[in-house]
Amino acid sequence: MIKIAAFCCNWCSYAGADLCGSSRLKYPADIRIIRVPCSSRVDASLVLRAFQKGADGVMVNGCHPGDCHYVSGNYHTRRRMALLKNLLKFMGLDDERLEVNWISGSEAGKFQQTVLDFTDKINKLGPAEEMRDMRCQKPS
Amino acid sequence: MRIGVFICWCGSNIAGTVDVESLSEKAKFLPDVYYSEDVKYMCSEIGQESIKKAIKEQKLERVVIGSCSPRMHEETFQEVLKDSGLNPYYVEIANLREQCSWVHDEGEETTQKAFELVEKAVAKIRFAKPLTTETLPVTKRALVVGGGIAGIQSALDIAEAGYEVDLVENTPSLGGRMAQLDKTFPTLDCSACILTPKMVEASSHPNIRLLTYAEIEDVSGFVGNFDIKIRQKAKSIDHDKCTGCGDCTEKCPAKIDNEFEEDKEIRKAVYTPFPQAVPNKPVIDRDNCRYFQKGKCKVCQKVCPAEAVDYEQEDEIIEERYGGVILATGFDQLKPEGWEEFGYGAHPDVITSLELERMFNSSGPTGGKVVCPSTGREPKRVVFIQCVGSRDKNKGNAYCSKVCCLYTAKHTLLLKEKLPDTESFVFYIDIRTAGKSYEEFYERARSTGAKYLKGHVSKVETDGKELLVRSYDNSIGEQIEVEADLVVLASAIKAKGTTEGLAQMFGATGDKDGFLSEAHPKLKPVETQTAGVFLAGACQGPNDIPDTVGQAGAAASKIIGLFNRGEVESLPTTAEVDASICSGCLKCEPVCPVGAISSEQIEEKVPGGVVTRQVAGVNNALCRGCGACTAACRNGAMNLKGYTHRELLAEVDNL
Ligand code: SF4
Ligand code: SF4
Repeated sequence: MIKIAAFCCNWCSYAGADLCGSSRLKYPADIRIIRVPCSSRVDASLVLRAFQKGADGVMVNGCHPGDCHYVSGNYHTRRRMALLKNLLKFMGLDDERLEVNWISGSEAGKFQQTVLDFTDKINKLGPAEEMRDMRCQKPS
Repeated sequence: MRIGVFICWCGSNIAGTVDVESLSEKAKFLPDVYYSEDVKYMCSEIGQESIKKAIKEQKLERVVIGSCSPRMHEETFQEVLKDSGLNPYYVEIANLREQCSWVHDEGEETTQKAFELVEKAVAKIRFAKPLTTETLPVTKRALVVGGGIAGIQSALDIAEAGYEVDLVENTPSLGGRMAQLDKTFPTLDCSACILTPKMVEASSHPNIRLLTYAEIEDVSGFVGNFDIKIRQKAKSIDHDKCTGCGDCTEKCPAKIDNEFEEDKEIRKAVYTPFPQAVPNKPVIDRDNCRYFQKGKCKVCQKVCPAEAVDYEQEDEIIEERYGGVILATGFDQLKPEGWEEFGYGAHPDVITSLELERMFNSSGPTGGKVVCPSTGREPKRVVFIQCVGSRDKNKGNAYCSKVCCLYTAKHTLLLKEKLPDTESFVFYIDIRTAGKSYEEFYERARSTGAKYLKGHVSKVETDGKELLVRSYDNSIGEQIEVEADLVVLASAIKAKGTTEGLAQMFGATGDKDGFLSEAHPKLKPVETQTAGVFLAGACQGPNDIPDTVGQAGAAASKIIGLFNRGEVESLPTTAEVDASICSGCLKCEPVCPVGAISSEQIEEKVPGGVVTRQVAGVNNALCRGCGACTAACRNGAMNLKGYTHRELLAEVDNL
């Protein structure tokens, strides 16, 4: 089974995930959501650590550009994650495994669809072994 | 460390798909977990008591709760901890409902995920630090944006409670949409008769400062202390000198479509929007003024007996600090131009309901006569079409515009009164009359002779002269055709385009249709995501007058409550610099959206003396806790309390 880490900002994408729940829209259980106040809180080390610890895909989800609760946070996210994708490629990891999405608090359907598409993609790519540190694997 | 885990059944909401009992059993074996139990309803009195009891008896130091979204009940549980003498931020919530039981099917996989979510929460709480808040004083002055009935009512309520209010309206007069209406349902009160006294009261209230023809320019700060810049647009008329005689308006040679009359009449470049306008003094619309556009004219200046015309006047920026804000920016009505099926724009006798409303009004473009615009003659047969652009996923809006059924019923009644021999037909999909006395009102309209036909209109056909409404009649199951002299479209209420930018400035979010989102659809109907910013009226969704006034009062009472308290708690989750690691590069400074970071000098003991060096400092009162700086710092010197590197890494490590 694959595992997906999803960093979601509290105001938009986390709220969108909640609305997806209250609307009873289903998606696979491979995803673990980590709540952050703003997507701009997500630094490279968190993403890299996630890959190291067994994530096969990482999503960073924030408010739509222009709609950031903190005005400009997601612009920083956008630039930082673009750079990080390059770094991942350089490190030999398929940069498709990192995805940045803008999902508002009212877009339950978009949240569901994004998760479905991403899980689908990661399933096709298979487990990400490149960066995984086997020493820190949880016994399963 | 002694951690307690509490798993909520949420009735069957969680327990229906997750095996909560085995989950709470298994949780006992997580590191530092000392106690665990499952409870039917964690948020209930009994649930809360059971946490308090366990904290006391088991001497718990941290708490993990597996329940609904933290956005729902985090504060509830923080209070529980506080009551038990623990730091309120020693609680972490695993979202087992919205993000697990409700989105996955019943089965082992779901229970396993729920367990992992609890495990993740336990991992995080082990690294939690106690957080504290400070209390900050509140500026007891309110800002209301929008001068329609919602804004007027909120401003009056706040002013009556003894606090000062600035009421900002971007057009030259108070009144909003309600001022355009002729009569209101279900009482058929004359709209102006009930609205005008309110407008006057607001404009003359000692606690209200009225800023018409003004716009919000910039917003900073946070609940309790918003610093707001307002642009007072130049009116080009000195309102202290102007007596409102109207000579200028009369003589002005420019002719512009009158938006108050839904463009069915003309106004001048120097104008008051309507006869009962408040303030009842004109402004010069510079975009359409001959002098401002072509450099020649100045007729108004020549005729003004009070010498009040001032072309040199400039926009003024007013800067003020406010404790709380109410957004009441209202709505627009859809104009289905270019929608071929209804012929609006293509044939002059197809009009919107708001245009008909102006026709009914004795100060409107026709002086209160209902006529066919093409001929100026009275219509013999009027066809009303409901749900134009509402409940129409393909072309318009998926939502119901809420008021159209009732105002159409009103229109048929008023029509009967004015033109007893004229027939009315109403094509509808459903009739919705939820509201006090609304059903009775609708019945009255039906029994007064309006013919209601259930069916979706497929086309309004025209040969350039006659109008033919084609529809499917559900009651007889056949296509029918009705000839009409006048077609009135009950077209959708839509979000105002200008609200979006405004909402962004205040950090309020819009929903998928562009209306402003309430913080919780049921429990926080007038709050926004931004503390201290509230909503009233149709900017939040289609609304009738009674509900709008109710919302306005609710929003006002929230502000009054805030002012009565007099202080707000600062955010506990702000950024913090570890000065010993900080290199003073100040890479964090430019990313901060609120300018909370500045350089500080610290003195540091080094072998052989003391040196002074630069580090970053965070102003806790300003910091809004986004964490952008934390991610930007290359030294790991900046940390966001409540979302520290340690805490988030612990979560990632326990994916
Ligand atoms: S906190 Fe970090 S980014 Fe900011 S000045 Fe210090 S070292 Fe530089
Ligand atoms: S967390 Fe940092 S960037 Fe965000 S508001 Fe606070 S100081 Fe500014």
